Amino acid sequence: MQIKESPETFDVIIVGSGAGGGMATKILSEAGLNIAVIEAGPFFDPADPNTRTQLRWPYESPRRGAGSTRPFGDFDAAYGGWEIEGEPYTKKQGTKFDWFRSRMLGGRTNHWGRISLRFGPLDFKRKSIDGLGDDWPISYDDVKPYYDKVDKLIGVFGSNENLPNDPDGYFLPAPKPRLHEMYYIKGARKANVPVYPSRMSILTKPINENRGVCFYCGQCNRSCSAYADFSSGSCLIFPAQKSGGQIKLYTDSMVREVVTNDSGKATGVIFINKIDRKEYKLNAKVVVLAASACSSARILLNSKSKVHRDGLGNSSGLVGKYLHDSTGASRVAFIPQLMNREIYNEDGVGGMHVYSPWWGNHKKLNFPRGYHIEVGGGLGMPAYGFGFNTNMLNEFIGGKVGGYGDELRKDIKKLYGSLIWLAGRGESIAMESNYCEIDSNVVDEWGIPVLKFHYKWSKHEKLQAKHMHDTFEEITDGMGGHVLGDRPTEDQEYGLETPGRIIHEVGTTRMGDDPKKSVTNKFQQLHDADNVFIVDAGPFVSQADKNPTWTILALSWRTCDYIVSELKKQNI
Amino acid sequence: MKRRDSIKSILLGSVATGIAINSCAPSDPSVDLPKIPELPPYGRTEKEKLRDQEILETNFFNEHELSTIAVLCDIILPKSDKYNSASDVDVKEFVDFIARDIEVHQIPLRGGIMWLDSYSNKKYNKEFIVCTNDEQFDICNQIAYPEQTKPELKSGEAFFTRMRNLTLTGYYTSKKGIEELGYKGNTPNVWDGVPEHILRKHGFKYEEEWLAKCVNNSNRTDVAKWDDNGNLIS
Repeated sequence: MQIKESPETFDVIIVGSGAGGGMATKILSEAGLNIAVIEAGPFFDPADPNTRTQLRWPYESPRRGAGSTRPFGDFDAAYGGWEIEGEPYTKKQGTKFDWFRSRMLGGRTNHWGRISLRFGPLDFKRKSIDGLGDDWPISYDDVKPYYDKVDKLIGVFGSNENLPNDPDGYFLPAPKPRLHEMYYIKGARKANVPVYPSRMSILTKPINENRGVCFYCGQCNRSCSAYADFSSGSCLIFPAQKSGGQIKLYTDSMVREVVTNDSGKATGVIFINKIDRKEYKLNAKVVVLAASACSSARILLNSKSKVHRDGLGNSSGLVGKYLHDSTGASRVAFIPQLMNREIYNEDGVGGMHVYSPWWGNHKKLNFPRGYHIEVGGGLGMPAYGFGFNTNMLNEFIGGKVGGYGDELRKDIKKLYGSLIWLAGRGESIAMESNYCEIDSNVVDEWGIPVLKFHYKWSKHEKLQAKHMHDTFEEITDGMGGHVLGDRPTEDQEYGLETPGRIIHEVGTTRMGDDPKKSVTNKFQQLHDADNVFIVDAGPFVSQADKNPTWTILALSWRTCDYIVSELKKQNI
Repeated sequence: MKRRDSIKSILLGSVATGIAINSCAPSDPSVDLPKIPELPPYGRTEKEKLRDQEILETNFFNEHELSTIAVLCDIILPKSDKYNSASDVDVKEFVDFIARDIEVHQIPLRGGIMWLDSYSNKKYNKEFIVCTNDEQFDICNQIAYPEQTKPELKSGEAFFTRMRNLTLTGYYTSKKGIEELGYKGNTPNVWDGVPEHILRKHGFKYEEEWLAKCVNNSNRTDVAKWDDNGNLIS
């Protein structure tokens, strides 16, 4: 079979259309470059009525929104999940990793929590502070101008608090706290945990005429048809197309490898069209990988050639290494004062209105790094699972357990909205021993060798999770509530989620000044091939206790400015 | 992976049924083929539509099982002057679908119905659905209150609890159930915080300092502008 080769040579091929790829599409097309964007899933526009899930009622789904088709439920916007039919991955025995992929234009930005936190000055220099992992080759000052620009381009609500490691920015005003969040504020303050308005990329005021303002349905994970939240399609790719950019979208197209020439430079990519199941080759002067940390590592490792024998960019042997996800542990608490609530519309924005950034003092702690606390609860829309905990809650409060009829209806209304959910999301330590590699025995249905994961939490993460539970219990006491369920034990790794579950995986192509100890330089350019760049979270040296998206966006913009300048200078 | 495999076996089952129907259709055109219900659109991909259709084209429960489910649902949430019954909002149909969709429900529900009939046969010498109302309540009362269940009836309790859970979900996710619960959202609106009288009732008050960081609904539609220090000035 002959590979079909397009005669056109693009200036840039961008692989992946999530946060990093979307930003690259916008910045590079606005610089006048001719761009091909290759996305492994279908086209998706949150405003398309045919795929809309926003404002749908549970009874519009025959399973009432249960997670049996989409892992986060029928109305979640992500196409994909932990398992994708035909696209397996494997794990080394005795290790754990769950890999979430979203196959669609915009990728995972369509459903994410929109929590948009800048990394702080300390987050780029952790090794200098605690001796673990490595420092980034850049500092907060290098990224700050880009964070500022991302704030203004995309929009994020929050508040300037002058905190040492949670920098101020250009914020839209925050929504007022909900009732359960008032309880959280009270409990957290009693536990000496600070609370501030949350920081999320949702428009509480317009930032331009192309996007709508939040109408408070609380459903950002369904992707906003008014474009009032950030997703890569609605905020980056569509506006870039609208302003006349030369952008060719290849959807349902799965990149297998980057093609290089005899001097080791990239000449393009080979992808498989998922509709006709044929291979195609596209040529370009520059290749930008934005397929997600693990997918980009997979493409590099599958791009073997005479020059790049161990895979493209892998002369250090570090492609796939230092994989790390956020830590996560959570607890549900019952607040008796929230029983028999007066009901009003408290949907608010999609997610929390308040949060707690990390506050700890390491001199008094037995683990490094930290975590932030997310809070959930309230008078939410019922979905599959509603009412399942009635017996457990009645048992807990000493009510009559079980029953049926009118007493059961009374129980339901008594308990509706009386729970609070607390979750810690923290920083793990990047370790060379946690990695993904090619499993040469297994291919996916596109014939591409798949990833094999090796991942184990260390004592640092477990002790951090233990501390999360201490904190949740203390805050719950302060709220006048009661934590539900048993406190997870040491054997249960203190309730630490399986790696990958928080969907913040980063580090597989980490940046650095030394080509022996890193895959890319500080501009996310491969040490081994100067016309290949990575703008997903692969180049992160450490992931901070912050969600990675805002940093992906800022670093992608920074890299694109560098690409444009290098092209002008004819350096690449 | 496990679920995939069993979907495949369901598929095989449905193909077999399809062949059977087709093969007798030409010789007996008067036979009414059962109509497969079609779902109104709710934002599905083509693959997902196919999956829904596969589920709709198969059956799990037999008629007796479905009748038993209907009786139980209406015991759990019965009709009254004030309220709709589970049947009024098609909870039986929901349970029928969800057992095909989430297969972990299948054995506990099917086996639970058998358990119920066995117990009913022992106690009243007839199947549960033909018992009188009083007899049905008597049986349910043995298994509806987990803290009081006799040890030998624990299996029945687990079944009743599962039926209660599914009935509650089916009912309170229906249009009328949501109205009864009083959920007020899922509609465009302007969030302006917790109503003041409710805040007060809970002993809270928004702090001025916090409110200063929040949306001012009088200028929420003005395009955002900032000074050079990141202060919002519009």
